[in-house]
Amino acid sequence: MLWAVVAPPAPCPANLRRPRRARAVPESPGTPSEAGTVVSVPRSLPGPPRSPPVLPPRRRTRCHATRTSQERALRQGARARRDTRWRFAAVPACGAMAEEEDLAAAAAGSGSESEEGEDGERRHRQLLEAISALSGRKRRKLAERSEASGQVSEFNVTCKGAGEKLVLSELLQPIHPKSTLGSVRKELARVKRKAAVELPLSKEEAKRVVREAAYVTTSKDVGKWQQVVLQNRRAEQLVFPLRQDIATVTPLERATSAWKARTPLEQEIFGLLHKTQQPITDPLLTAEEMASVQAMSLEEARHRRAELQKARAVQSYYEAKARRAKRIKSKKYHRMLKKSRRRQALKEFEQLHKSDPAAALARLEELEQLRMQERMSLKHQSKGKWARSRAIMAKYDLEARKAMQEQLARNKELMQKVRVEPPEEEPCELPEGDTPALPVPTGASAANPWMLGKPNGPATEPEAQEGPRDDTVPDAVENKDEMEEEELSEEEALLQDFEQKRRERTGILQGHSEEHGADETEPGAEQPRDSPVPPACSEELGDSPVPSVCAEELVSAGLELPPQAQEQLLLSEQLHHVQTMEDMENLAKEEFVEEQEKLVAPRAGKQAQQQEAGRAGDRHTKKTTTKRKMISLEAVLDGKPQEMDCPSLPVVLEEEEGGMEQRGMITEAFAGDDVVADFRREKRKAEEAAKPRPVNLVLPGWGEWGGTGLKPSTRKIKRFLIKPPPAPPRKDRHLPHVILSEKRNIHAAAHQVSELPFPFEQHQQFEQSMRTPVGSTWNTQRAFQKLTAPRVITRTGHIIQPISAEDVPDTAPGSGARLGGEAMPGRKAVLRGKAVPKGKAVPKGKAVEGKAAGGKAQPQHRRAR
Amino acid sequence: MRVKVLSRNPDDYVRETKLDLQRVPRNYDPALHPFEVAREYTRALNATKLERVFAKPFLSSLDGHRDGVNCMAKHPKSLSTVLSGACDGEVKIWNLTRRQCIRTIQAHEGFVRGMCARFCGTSFFTVGDDKTVKQWKMESPEYGEEEEPIHTILGKTVYTGIDHHWKEPVFATCGHQVDIWDEQRTSPKCSLTWGFDSISSVKFNPIETYLLGSCASDRNIVLYDMRKSTPLKKVILNMRTNTLCWNPMEAFIFTAANEDYNLYTFDMRFLESPVMVHMDHVSAVLDVDYSPTGKEFVSASFDKSIRIFPVDKGHSREVYHTKRMQHVITVKWTSDNKYILCGSDEMNIRLWKANASEKLGVLAPREKAAMNYNQKLKEKFQFHPQIRRIAQHRHLPKSIYCQIKEQRIMREARRRKELNRRKHSKPGSVPLVPERKKHIVAVVK
Repeated sequence: MLWAVVAPPAPCPANLRRPRRARAVPESPGTPSEAGTVVSVPRSLPGPPRSPPVLPPRRRTRCHATRTSQERALRQGARARRDTRWRFAAVPACGAMAEEEDLAAAAAGSGSESEEGEDGERRHRQLLEAISALSGRKRRKLAERSEASGQVSEFNVTCKGAGEKLVLSELLQPIHPKSTLGSVRKELARVKRKAAVELPLSKEEAKRVVREAAYVTTSKDVGKWQQVVLQNRRAEQLVFPLRQDIATVTPLERATSAWKARTPLEQEIFGLLHKTQQPITDPLLTAEEMASVQAMSLEEARHRRAELQKARAVQSYYEAKARRAKRIKSKKYHRMLKKSRRRQALKEFEQLHKSDPAAALARLEELEQLRMQERMSLKHQSKGKWARSRAIMAKYDLEARKAMQEQLARNKELMQKVRVEPPEEEPCELPEGDTPALPVPTGASAANPWMLGKPNGPATEPEAQEGPRDDTVPDAVENKDEMEEEELSEEEALLQDFEQKRRERTGILQGHSEEHGADETEPGAEQPRDSPVPPACSEELGDSPVPSVCAEELVSAGLELPPQAQEQLLLSEQLHHVQTMEDMENLAKEEFVEEQEKLVAPRAGKQAQQQEAGRAGDRHTKKTTTKRKMISLEAVLDGKPQEMDCPSLPVVLEEEEGGMEQRGMITEAFAGDDVVADFRREKRKAEEAAKPRPVNLVLPGWGEWGGTGLKPSTRKIKRFLIKPPPAPPRKDRHLPHVILSEKRNIHAAAHQVSELPFPFEQHQQFEQSMRTPVGSTWNTQRAFQKLTAPRVITRTGHIIQPISAEDVPDTAPGSGARLGGEAMPGRKAVLRGKAVPKGKAVPKGKAVEGKAAGGKAQPQHRRAR
Repeated sequence: MRVKVLSRNPDDYVRETKLDLQRVPRNYDPALHPFEVAREYTRALNATKLERVFAKPFLSSLDGHRDGVNCMAKHPKSLSTVLSGACDGEVKIWNLTRRQCIRTIQAHEGFVRGMCARFCGTSFFTVGDDKTVKQWKMESPEYGEEEEPIHTILGKTVYTGIDHHWKEPVFATCGHQVDIWDEQRTSPKCSLTWGFDSISSVKFNPIETYLLGSCASDRNIVLYDMRKSTPLKKVILNMRTNTLCWNPMEAFIFTAANEDYNLYTFDMRFLESPVMVHMDHVSAVLDVDYSPTGKEFVSASFDKSIRIFPVDKGHSREVYHTKRMQHVITVKWTSDNKYILCGSDEMNIRLWKANASEKLGVLAPREKAAMNYNQKLKEKFQFHPQIRRIAQHRHLPKSIYCQIKEQRIMREARRRKELNRRKHSKPGSVPLVPERKKHIVAVVK
């Protein structure tokens, strides 16, 4: 409080203290001190001394109490201005305060007996001082100050409350509310309520405030991009430029409305367009099209369209076929074609005869005409050039002979005057129903039904094939159906013929060169194709070795073959065709025998022995067995993996016929090296190497004689050969075909990651990310594309503009709407958890143990054979 | 009897034309592919090696200036056009496809301090040491016409930089103060000052176009708001900032090229510390320009090299240098994100590929797929030591190499000293100041 700072007029604490000190310290050696040294009270002071510093505050409070009691009335008013008020009121109250103090001091003094004398003197002094103060020495005393004060004049004049304002309302405070001045008070109160205008800030400060405010608003403005920015940073893929220009097609009417024909040419074109009522404006359909659209329902239109399509397809198909047929050079084929046409025409004619006799008659006339012409021309007599040449050739060539015969027959036919005669060159459409298999199926495609228009017919019976050759002589048209079939199979029969001839030749060849191993396979390879042969061919080719084999084979059905044949046993090619179930059963029997042989073979069979056995009979038997062999269910299913005496044989998938062949070959090729034994040896070596070795600390000659020929004693050796504890069991002890090395591979370590890279938190994450392949070798095309999609796509030659509010939809610039949070245009912000380390978003877990790239994974390496 | 045979539909394996690739049916069962990691690793290694083999970033050098190239500007509408101003007051316009100078103007006396193209690409502005701002037409004058600026503004002081607003006919110059001009007037619309110092560069924000950033030689970076024509905030760094560049995709991010060899990326909302300190240069960084995708930026340095930094990485991914390139003063990243142009002291402008090993020209779809795959592989296996070693290997000229080594030693020594000081003093009395805070002196409101 300010009143405490301003020294009160009469009872200055310094004044009070001085006499008391003088009295209390007589025994002490120190001299009475100045006011400044009041605090240092000597220790030797007897009894509980009243601490001097306590006194002034007590007095002060007391003084305060008296004053407040005096001014209670004043305080009821404006409390806020109390200090000012006090200052204002302090001056008149000074004298009274002193008196009051005295009284209080007296009261206190009476309470304590021990201090009585001291107090009495003090009180006396106080009284004196108070009186002197009243008598006008006040000013001089005032100048004696102990605390700082703002108002000190050089003439020792202090103006009390110099800086204070005299507030009118306070003066009016004590006025009775009822008095006439009440209105004045009210007015004053009203004036007081009006706030004063604050001082303007300094220029610098004002600028700072503006800047701060502007910064806050601007950062808020800019902050609306936060979402967009985050989204873009996180986006899987960004496509730049952000604003993709979509090529918009302007409607035709707009384009035309803006454009006018100016030149005469343009006008002419326009005129033409208008004349044809080519629509320029909206509906884009001509009047006719409109009409047609209205006339036909959608279903109908679709139906019709389909029909048309079909018709077109059929047409093109026939065209293609005709072209193909035309290109065929085979005379025989054309002959056949002609014949079939003829037949067709005949059939038609008969039909016509039944249905429409008049038309048939007319047709007959025509035909007769043709026949007559033919007869006149004598084309079919054996006088022509071709006929003569045939006649010459007929001696040697069966074909030519046949052709001649045919011609003669024809001639005869024509020369007879018959009522109904099929004309030769009759224009008739291509036969539809019976399409002979024009493209002769090749061997490869014959096996594949997809390659053909329709599945191949079943192989014709051998009898049927033998037959046609004799039946080709044109007797008459007695059995049409039979004839037709004959025609159809004629070509195939021809083929068969060739085949047979070739076989004959090869058979002979074989007979000549039996040594060649390659020949063995050839007939076998042909086997499936010329299936129906065996019975017939065995008759025909009785002298060739092959049928003898066949015969022998039958004999040797139940025999056990010598072990030398084991190599060929793996192959299962045969001569004869198995068609019926009985055959199959027979085969199964044989199979069983062979199976047994096969099982026996490895035990005894070795290639060396096989080489020794060079007899022809043996080879024959081998051949037969190979040829007889065929796939059977039992053979496939029951075929156990060949049991080797080694338990650690890598498992080989038992395969079918082909696989066995393959295996045979491989066995032959790698006859020398025993891989399994090698592996076992290697494993044993590795096990040995991994075992801890005993440490030999024996020092020869230490403690005993040493030298050449002397060995340290067994006792010593026993003592100093330190055996290490046995190694922990190997991990691969139950895996016969694996060597697990637990050593850290230094060469591999150079390629491995030694510490966990940044975005990953656990090494499992990292390993997982490594284990997931991205290549197209391991992923589907779609997945591959997705996995390898680049982060940023830019288009060549396109300027990338800075992002703007238009690139972000749902944002009205300036409307305060937040940017972001929405999908961006032209941006595949497919959030696949990309913000997290890549490892977390790994799509699929693999059962395979990744080997190479484990982070700080355990240095375990697996060597599998 | 029916015999079952294996048969396939030829549609599944027969190609339509002989130019097609053979379709290879595959079984993707992972159990069948036990060595995928090893195989991919090998592929990644090969891809990395090939990338390094094909890394030939330098395309061509545009020569013709008769003094050091001091500033460059991109044409906003044409990718093949670039403008450059030299220290002798000459401005040249280049055609990048032909690699030819198509126009030369003696624009100023003394340096061309700064230049910028108008957003529509019809004209460009230059400022020079002769205290003038000149506006020029982009296309060359007709036959017989004089090569003269459209407008010339005579100022009282030297202008050190200029930038054009991205959307409005307004441009800003800097010198003793930042002036914002209307194109139609000869006196500035408003002048923005905060203290007195020479401002070296001013840049408009490309997204929030009313924002400006400037850097002055009293080591501070000041942001301005054009709408309120008031500065916003000032951040004082340890050393002077030469220039700054705003991120074209992130409105509040800008990067400052500093004299203390570093670049600082700031978020303008939080200027107390930079988002990222990019350090790799060994001399003052003179210029910086963002890639138009906003993912990377390129910086030109006094150490005769340019470096490409990813925005979110503290170190560069690429450094370009040639024997003949001297102090690089200005650098630009072309608007199609493909090329980098740098102008240097020895009067040449150099054209680089932004991606050193990129194959230029049209790529077949298969090539593209292979490229993407390789890129992915490199990304996947980037942490493997062998691959990283190859991918990170760069050749540096001896001077830079030695300086890097020297500075590494110095940094290490400083770090050690600080560690020791911390170790031997009262705990907490030597606080651990993060690298990002180290370079900021104060932020003034």
